[in-house]
Amino acid sequence: MPPGISTSDFYYILPELVLTGGALLVLIADVLLPRGSKALAWVTLLAIGATIASLVPFGSTHVEVAHGLLAVDQFALFFKIVFLGAAALTVLMSVRYLEIEGASPGEYYFLILCATLGMMIMAGGIDLLTIFIGLETMAVSFYILAGFIKPNQRSNEAAVKYFLLGAFSLGILLYGMSIMYGLSGTTNLRTMATAFVGQERDPRLVLAVILVVAGLGFKIAAVPFHMWAPDVYEGAPTPVTAFLSVGSKAASFAMLLRIFLEGLPSMSADWRLMFEVLAIVTMTIGNLAALTQTNIKRMLAYSSIAHAGYILIGVVAGTPRGVAAMLIYLLIYAFMQLGAFTIIIIMRRQDVVGDELKDFSGLHIRHPFAAFAMLLFMLSLGGIPPTAGFMGKFWLFGAAIDAGYVRLAVIGVLNSAISLYYYIRLVVFMYLKPQGAGSPVTTSPSLGIALAVAVIGTIFLGVYPRLLFDLAEMSARTLGVAAVTAAIR
Amino acid sequence: MMFPILSSLVALPIAGAILLLFVRDDEHNEPLVRNIALVVSLLVFAQTLLLWSRFNAGSAEFQFVERHAWIPAFGISYLVGVDGISLLLLVLTGFLTPLALLSSWESVHKKTKAFCIFVLLLESAMMGVFVSLDLFLFYIFWDAMLIPMYFLIGIWGYDRRVYAAVKFMLYTMAGSVLMLLAILALAYLHNAATGAYSFDLLRLYDLRIPPPMQFWCFLAFALAFAIKVPLFPFHTWLPDAHVEAPTAGSVILAGVLLKMGTYGLVRFAFPLFPLAASYFAPYLALLAVIGIMYGALVAMVQPDMKKLVAYSSVSHLGFVVLGIAAMNTQGVQGAVYQMLNHGVSTGGLFLIVGMLSDRRHTRLISEYGGLKRVVPHLVAVFLIVTLSSIGLPGLNGFVGELLILLGAFRWSPRAAAFAASGVILSATYMLWMFQRVNYGPVNNDKNKTMRDLSAREWAILVPIVAMIALMGVLPNMFLRPIGPSVERMLNQVRQGAGVQIQAIKNSEFGSRNSD
Repeated sequence: MPPGISTSDFYYILPELVLTGGALLVLIADVLLPRGSKALAWVTLLAIGATIASLVPFGSTHVEVAHGLLAVDQFALFFKIVFLGAAALTVLMSVRYLEIEGASPGEYYFLILCATLGMMIMAGGIDLLTIFIGLETMAVSFYILAGFIKPNQRSNEAAVKYFLLGAFSLGILLYGMSIMYGLSGTTNLRTMATAFVGQERDPRLVLAVILVVAGLGFKIAAVPFHMWAPDVYEGAPTPVTAFLSVGSKAASFAMLLRIFLEGLPSMSADWRLMFEVLAIVTMTIGNLAALTQTNIKRMLAYSSIAHAGYILIGVVAGTPRGVAAMLIYLLIYAFMQLGAFTIIIIMRRQDVVGDELKDFSGLHIRHPFAAFAMLLFMLSLGGIPPTAGFMGKFWLFGAAIDAGYVRLAVIGVLNSAISLYYYIRLVVFMYLKPQGAGSPVTTSPSLGIALAVAVIGTIFLGVYPRLLFDLAEMSARTLGVAAVTAAIR
Repeated sequence: MMFPILSSLVALPIAGAILLLFVRDDEHNEPLVRNIALVVSLLVFAQTLLLWSRFNAGSAEFQFVERHAWIPAFGISYLVGVDGISLLLLVLTGFLTPLALLSSWESVHKKTKAFCIFVLLLESAMMGVFVSLDLFLFYIFWDAMLIPMYFLIGIWGYDRRVYAAVKFMLYTMAGSVLMLLAILALAYLHNAATGAYSFDLLRLYDLRIPPPMQFWCFLAFALAFAIKVPLFPFHTWLPDAHVEAPTAGSVILAGVLLKMGTYGLVRFAFPLFPLAASYFAPYLALLAVIGIMYGALVAMVQPDMKKLVAYSSVSHLGFVVLGIAAMNTQGVQGAVYQMLNHGVSTGGLFLIVGMLSDRRHTRLISEYGGLKRVVPHLVAVFLIVTLSSIGLPGLNGFVGELLILLGAFRWSPRAAAFAASGVILSATYMLWMFQRVNYGPVNNDKNKTMRDLSAREWAILVPIVAMIALMGVLPNMFLRPIGPSVERMLNQVRQGAGVQIQAIKNSEFGSRNSD
């Protein structure tokens, strides 16, 4: 046993261990199973299922593991469920896509699980080192996944862009973290917070905050660090794009909350201002740029940028309600965004790429349910009741008003009115235009399941959000936010 | 336990829509689909009548209240109830929906099932708007209504339907998002004052809101409602939406949707923010009077009958807003009454224009002429509805306009004078249109073979004419339930404004004393 680590620590990282085991199992199964077998997807799902099951005993745990490297609390738990759920949906939507693209599924599923593992560590990490290791695990997996369709030039371009810019931004982030360490003498965020309390405002710490904000801004694709997003989203394999826009984004927000709310509450005046500016710019530019897109994946990339802006409102509010709103929004966003990508994958057929606006022409005649589902996701992304997206926005803007940021809320709602234009434009194509070309649109069982889950989630959370709201409030309170707000006031 | 009649009003159309989902969508089933939708909407209408018969007209309180916790963490509940103001709007909605469905019998053949589903969903959302007493619930219905209407215009409309549908959606959405923030702000204020969030309208009525907050919130609410009404200069979406919408869409749009704006003013904007309301009332009245004149003048030069009726709506709803802004018994009672009138008579006009357009596939006035010789029955009904729209004594329009003008005169004779000239203008453009369409020689050969009203069309128009006569002759039947609720709302505004003005004076006095 290495010094400082006890057996009980292994018990607390059981879910991560199970997932690692599952990932390795996938690699082995890939060799054993006959080529082209679909069983591999089910092995992957089994691994995810086992990991979810292993989360059960930690329902109300609230401990620090391995001398403060990881925290096992409900905040982390909430995110882990989001990641695993998103990973499961991603696997479901990948089966047919990989078949059409002729890519080998073994490494693909392995990398998906690795990325998920990284995300789980990011959400649990309360030490800069663990957080960074989680981030690297996730990021490296995504670099490879983005270029997974090797013969496709766009996919290669996406991978190279993502890798270069990603590595650059990680450097910036790491530089900021090293200054934080140098000033406090610790990498543990909670110790760091107490070390900074009561100190005078140090310009070097401001620099560190700026660097960390920039590094994280890249990860969540906040303007002006968003340039990579549209190209990578368009070029990467569609299921990877879906997972990237949901999982990676949620994990980065988890990390962001950990670093700023747990580690730097004393600097909250500075980072709140920065995030406020970022939120405003991100929402506005994201939405304005989305207005003119004709490629759906690009449009969803800009819309995902805009959504990062909305979610940042919760950080600016910084209250437990604000954090709860972020958790709620991230989960709801996972459902609607993954659902929308599932439809794009359904549109991908042997003869049609299916991600251009015109490919959706008259979809409601060719596949009424797919059109209806897409309508639902678009309305939800646009924030129209009674869909889940409305509930999420409602909670976010409510948190902003609650914390006194009326200006942010006003800009937020105006933006969501603008965004309706491009979401509705897709609906115009699906419902009001004559049929498009190409072979018939069909679903496979796994795509059907993914779609059904997304549709049910989007409707159910729109009509009966109470459980989610209570759960998110409870999770947000474990983040030590209470202490933060006390320090601010 | 009492039968939850209000929830049933909202749920029944949805149940009908779900039932329709299970009917196979092919040519064979078209009559079945239409009949199911019609029966459901008639049942809803019967329920609204039942509601009216059980309603205690002497009471100003909300009745048939149902309350269930929904999202307790934020004080959101499912809270519904009716008073005299919303009661008759519910009846109007129930009355117009079956007629709208019937009117589409011949004009809508494409995707009939989806059409019926959207009409039923729209009815459910409209009912929801009128019964909600929780602001959050209200907002949900308010926004949810856009989607079916968007599709009704976008799929079954005329040539520029997509443009009109998107414009309709974006305009109304842009107006309503700020209202959402104002609603959130109210819940926040309630939390600050009492320690608990609440979206309960009845509790928010009692909330003392500081003046600057009142102004902003009032403006946010008023903008949403002004776009919906539509009040000049926010009216530009209306002609497009009306002209491109199918007849059923126009009937519901003019008959019910526009009333939501004025209903919102009476139910939410004025009583919640009394001080701001009394401050802004003159401006609203000014816009209303401009709308009356402008709508009438623009209507006069329209070559297209549907557009003419659409602009006449701008003018007529200007009267309603004027009545509300006058803030006295006659004015507001007249406004509520006029909402019903406008629903019936403009709904009727759209139905008749739709019938002409079904026969000739054009709505241009110049294409018609001398119809009186060809289709005397249709023209007779047309005449009655036209006269009702103008406000001929003995028909419904007269009562509402008279009350509004009385109210406006008591408040500002000048506004009343301008508005009254609007009445004259409205007689001009309506009668001129009527004359050009129905009198004179039959110049166009295509009109010679036009057929008169069919049994189905009689079934649509007889109820309209009956309502016009009934509301003209027995206005008290309708005014009686409206009265107490209007009185209560006015007291609320007067007291609220009075108390706050007093409070401001006191604080000024206090600060002067301390100097």
